[in-house]
Amino acid sequence: MGKRKLMKVYPIEENCISCRYCEVACTMVHSASKDPVKAYKLEGLLPRATVEVKGAVSLSLMCRHCKHPFCFDSCISGAIQVGEDGKVYLDEERCVGCWNCVLVCPFGAAHPFISDNEKKRHSFKCDLCGDRGFPACVEACPNRALVYDFER
Amino acid sequence: MLFKKPQVAFYPFMVLRDDYKCVRCKSCVDQCSFDATYYDEDLNMIMNHHENCVNCKRCEAFCPTDAIKVVKNPSTFHPDANWTPEAIRDIHVQMLTGAIILTSTGNDKPIRNYFDHLLLDACQVTNPPIDPLREPMELKTFIGRKTDALEFDPDGVSIKTTIGKQLELEIPVLFSAMSYGSINLNLQKAMARAAKEFGTYWNTGEGGLHRDLREYKECTIVQVASGRFGVDLEYLETSAAIEIKIGQGAKPGIGGHLPGEKVNEGIAQTRMIPVGSDAISPAPHHDIYSIEDLRQLIYALKEATNYEKPVFVKIAAVHNVAAIACGIAHAGADAVVIDGVRGGTGATPKSLRDHVGIPIELAIAAVDDRLRKEGLRNQVSLIAAGGFRSAVDVLKAVALGADAVYIGTVAKLAAGCTQCQQCHTGRCAWGITTNDPRLAKRLNPDIVAENLYNLLRAWAHDIKELLGAMGINAIESIRGNRLRLRSWGLTEQENKILGVLPAGM
Repeated sequence: MGKRKLMKVYPIEENCISCRYCEVACTMVHSASKDPVKAYKLEGLLPRATVEVKGAVSLSLMCRHCKHPFCFDSCISGAIQVGEDGKVYLDEERCVGCWNCVLVCPFGAAHPFISDNEKKRHSFKCDLCGDRGFPACVEACPNRALVYDFER
Repeated sequence: MLFKKPQVAFYPFMVLRDDYKCVRCKSCVDQCSFDATYYDEDLNMIMNHHENCVNCKRCEAFCPTDAIKVVKNPSTFHPDANWTPEAIRDIHVQMLTGAIILTSTGNDKPIRNYFDHLLLDACQVTNPPIDPLREPMELKTFIGRKTDALEFDPDGVSIKTTIGKQLELEIPVLFSAMSYGSINLNLQKAMARAAKEFGTYWNTGEGGLHRDLREYKECTIVQVASGRFGVDLEYLETSAAIEIKIGQGAKPGIGGHLPGEKVNEGIAQTRMIPVGSDAISPAPHHDIYSIEDLRQLIYALKEATNYEKPVFVKIAAVHNVAAIACGIAHAGADAVVIDGVRGGTGATPKSLRDHVGIPIELAIAAVDDRLRKEGLRNQVSLIAAGGFRSAVDVLKAVALGADAVYIGTVAKLAAGCTQCQQCHTGRCAWGITTNDPRLAKRLNPDIVAENLYNLLRAWAHDIKELLGAMGINAIESIRGNRLRLRSWGLTEQENKILGVLPAGM
């Protein structure tokens, strides 16, 4: 398998200032209301990109869309698929919430979601802002710590 | 407040948070470098230690839902024109610590800003204004010693006279000295890049020149101060000019002290001192006690660099600045830099910052006058520093007689500074005056270099527009041209010192 023509989000650790704009922007654009406050407080959503901080080191972490995704191998319901473009898709409707992907992801980029009434149960991860065209986290980053670029 | 001295409760600022809008992203908790914000897990709430807040506005700027406002504490002392809250708080600090009050940035007292009392001229009917967008307009400025007279070849066309090395500026604005240590490398990088790109210069300050910045040799002014940090032949040669720093507007007459805790590997290497040792700049240069001594240092530096670098001498604007500037010109300097009472700093005793020195506007006028009277004006360039806020201030300074202007605070502002006066703590939340790697990375040199370039570009446009209105097409024609200035609201004595007529005359 040669180099894929896949664009994904790369964090630049030296520039990340752990401001969490990526997190809030992500939550907002994946909400029904498109409002950050409502997204967190009414819809109970969580960010797909998470900022990891340890001392002076910080970076935003999201799905790496691996060439050989462990999550795909471990998915029991067929919710996780690798597209022709190389993107790793997660169909939240098909997901049964077994959390296998959450456990096997070496980056901690797949997260479990259980709604307040426990009716909805599925994992979720970065979808590169599929229908939006351009990842919201990259657009929101104030210090150029995220870039959207072809796979290196 | 529990376990605190009672006076701590009279804090000046408060953080207000709209709890409905707060989504608990904890951005503010991470951004606050003064321990004023924390997250309480049990309450699932963001809380504040208001007494630690310095009003740097970092949390406010980085709250993604605009839930935060930092405000003045509405609880005030009894209104008193004499015993202001600041005066009372200063007493509290000193009675608790027994120490001088350290502060930073520039003088924040309402000392009359003479730039605000000067008005520029414009052309109407009898002489035409120029449209700078349609006609050429020149801001090119040369800093360095000019000749007394020109000698021509017998053909009458070619010039025989040669002149010493000049610094060529595309705008009469340079970035002033801010040392590596007082600010971090990222801001120095940004200034160096912007200076190179725009065609001006940046100044290393007294902390030496980091290896990564040696590539910016052509636009670097290296400073030699009383601590002589990082000075060796290579340092002197990696420059466009050399500046001897005698004094600084924010703290005339005293030296500097970079505490050992801040001296990390990079700073130690650049300053050529051991890691963790205090970097102390003495108040005087221990080898300069007279103009003759200064002359020796100027010529030692010129000799060392083969007379290829102009040598500047920087002093604070003090009471007899004009006489001192003449002495500096006699000593052989190529440029005199004067730093006024509003000049900024990374750390200074508050009493010195606020009460020592004179306004730069008066100093420019006095120095320019005296240099002309002594027939020395062509021998030195005059660079003014200290509190310049806009292109208009720059132009007024040039009209008063300055050749160029140093900007420091403006560069910091372009990097995000909110003037919270905490540079001396080394905890700058905007990552400017700190070398803590967690904070320093907040300043992205790529972004700030662009900001600085934009700022210079905007100022150049502004100056051209103003010159055009005055019917002048080169900055050279306004230099020292005080006839194009009028004052308002000043006394006769002030007008005399500034050498300007009152409006209406």
